[in-house]
Amino acid sequence: MVMAEKPLSPDVRDRSLFGLMVFLLSDSVVFLSLFVILIAFRFQNQVWLPSGIVRLEVRDPAINTFVLVASSGAIMLAENSLKRNHPWRFRFFWVLAITMGAAFLVGQYLEWMRVGFNIHSGLFGATFFLLTGFHGLHVFTGLLLLITVLARSFLVADYSGVSFGVSGAGLFWHFVDGIWIVLFTLLYLWSP
Amino acid sequence: MTSPESVRIAQRTTWQTYLSFNTDHKVIGIQYLVTTFGFFLIAGLLAMLIRAELLTPELNIVPRPLYNSLFTLHGSLMIFLWVIPGLAGLANYFVPLMIGARDMAFPRLNAIAFWLLPPAGLLLIFSFFLPSGAAQAGWWSYPPVSLQNASGQLLNGELIWILSLMIIGVSSIMGGVNFVTTIVKMRAPGMGWFRMPIFVWTVLSAQLLQLFSLPALTAGLILLFLDLSIGTPFFQASGGGNPILYQHLFWFYSHPAVYVMVLPVFGIFSEILPAFSRKPLFGYKAVALSSFAISIVSMMVWVHHMFASATPSWMRLLFMFTTVLVAVPTGIKVFSWTATIWRGKLHLETPMLFALGGIVMFLIAGITGVMLGIVPVDIHVNNTYFVVGHFHYVVYNTITMGMFAAIYYWFPKVTGKMYVESWGKAHFLLTLVAANLAFFPMFALGLNGMVRRISSYDPQFAAANVVASLGSFLLGVSILPFLGNMIGSLLMGGPASANPWHATGLEWQTSSPPPSENFEAIPQITGPPYGYGRKALVS
Repeated sequence: MVMAEKPLSPDVRDRSLFGLMVFLLSDSVVFLSLFVILIAFRFQNQVWLPSGIVRLEVRDPAINTFVLVASSGAIMLAENSLKRNHPWRFRFFWVLAITMGAAFLVGQYLEWMRVGFNIHSGLFGATFFLLTGFHGLHVFTGLLLLITVLARSFLVADYSGVSFGVSGAGLFWHFVDGIWIVLFTLLYLWSP
Repeated sequence: MTSPESVRIAQRTTWQTYLSFNTDHKVIGIQYLVTTFGFFLIAGLLAMLIRAELLTPELNIVPRPLYNSLFTLHGSLMIFLWVIPGLAGLANYFVPLMIGARDMAFPRLNAIAFWLLPPAGLLLIFSFFLPSGAAQAGWWSYPPVSLQNASGQLLNGELIWILSLMIIGVSSIMGGVNFVTTIVKMRAPGMGWFRMPIFVWTVLSAQLLQLFSLPALTAGLILLFLDLSIGTPFFQASGGGNPILYQHLFWFYSHPAVYVMVLPVFGIFSEILPAFSRKPLFGYKAVALSSFAISIVSMMVWVHHMFASATPSWMRLLFMFTTVLVAVPTGIKVFSWTATIWRGKLHLETPMLFALGGIVMFLIAGITGVMLGIVPVDIHVNNTYFVVGHFHYVVYNTITMGMFAAIYYWFPKVTGKMYVESWGKAHFLLTLVAANLAFFPMFALGLNGMVRRISSYDPQFAAANVVASLGSFLLGVSILPFLGNMIGSLLMGGPASANPWHATGLEWQTSSPPPSENFEAIPQITGPPYGYGRKALVS
């Protein structure tokens, strides 16, 4: 095990993961509410793209989506390596996931610059930037978690215990990834 | 950093302990209760100012904008900083004790959740001193009223209100995660689901309800914040947005919030009645499961707050049906309580009096609630004092009385001292009389058409308003014997035994006050709760 802290007892790890799942379920209701808001606005407004915007460019965001989904795969490979006691292979895949997550954020930033409207461009502009921004904050939080886990993996380690950090950060990352797929579908494919 | 799980020194708690970042669930429970009671007193003073203004039909004490702020902050403080966190404090102290755990699942998170509350409350109170004054849009803060921002300043009362509620929301979610994990994962060996005390059942159902409904309000508040601060059009009809959407988001939480508040009080009633009737709780399983039924149904009733908000008639019918449906699981509880005290050996000490009083008051609250759920009645009394009366029968006469019952019931356990019984009875009598004087006239006022949230009114309503105002002042007086009793007994009360009420719960099996880690050894549960004349709880 890669964690430096005194190993947590299986009980504590188990209840931390359970607590995180409860939190993520609760957090998903925030996203659910925002999705309902998007759907309601879409149904109430026949034309709601900002003036001058005919349709949203899908190709670049789709590449971005692919990068994020792939990063979830990297997390899985990393966790798998850890189970087989390959700490360096774990670090390799973990860093890969961090890189892809960072690439997603940069891609989102470029997307924000490129779309040709902003948060003040009517209802669609506001909804677009609210949803992607709120999700972006989650990605950013996830990145911080991943980096923390990576940093801790280099501290003097007790490899015998079990730890919450890797599974917790991984779970959060999968959650953020899953939310994005729904968000991408609703915002880019369905609503314009 | 030392982890709270590993460091367990048997430290003596002094008054300084309560001002520090402490991770003991018992210390945090007391911190919650004392802090929220402070907010309760402030919100009560605001209420008496409102009632003073309403003594006469004319406008004569406070200017109208200030009056708006008074009722807005009275409601916000009472709900978000007294009832909800006050009950979280009781649950914090007693859930680990009642399930045989040494502490909550996440002690540090627990402390953080508490320490978010004082700044949130102080923000609200000090927003009175902003140039714009405090928020004026009522505790529900509907747009477009909440978006008017008459002061034109970026830092205005409404903005502070939103920020404060967001902070409280974060605290509540932290608390919810902690309670649910504690109850699911940390019960003592042998405590199966159907050996949990009802209070624990109700806390679990209330916290789950909060976890899955509060996020809707969070989303609504984020949008409201953006509308107010940078001018997005989410809730502004002129920009294509929809103000009704806010009402949906608000009530998707704030209706269940009433059950987040009242469910633990139902739990308190279910603890106290068996103890003071010396009988097992009647229909334990039905009472336990009906808590979950209430949680589920109450997530599907929110539109009954919006019958007058251009709601289509199919929706009105649907939500009228679900609203009336809530009466079934609550009725099961009231029936079980009645059957519990039936032919019991009743001991009418203060906790029992408050519990019985609370249940009788809840009948009035519940019946008027069903009336309000019926569309034609609701359309008639919408936004009148009938709603205000109903709500205060819920929040004061049921919930706050239930909280007093809990405080008297567990005072000997928490402090190791006994309170003065005669003062407790005086407090009960004053509360019962004053609360009914204050809130009952509101039903008549509402049915006759007196609109709420106004500071001057038609002279025909004067007599009932005088009664209500005098009742509210008496209600303020009724707090004095309580405060005197608590402080006096804490300082010079006689010692209390480990189990002065001959109650059966786990919390009574340990010393008063409980030691630092609650139990000498983790108890092994061998029987059902409330086992009067049956198998004991612990072998």
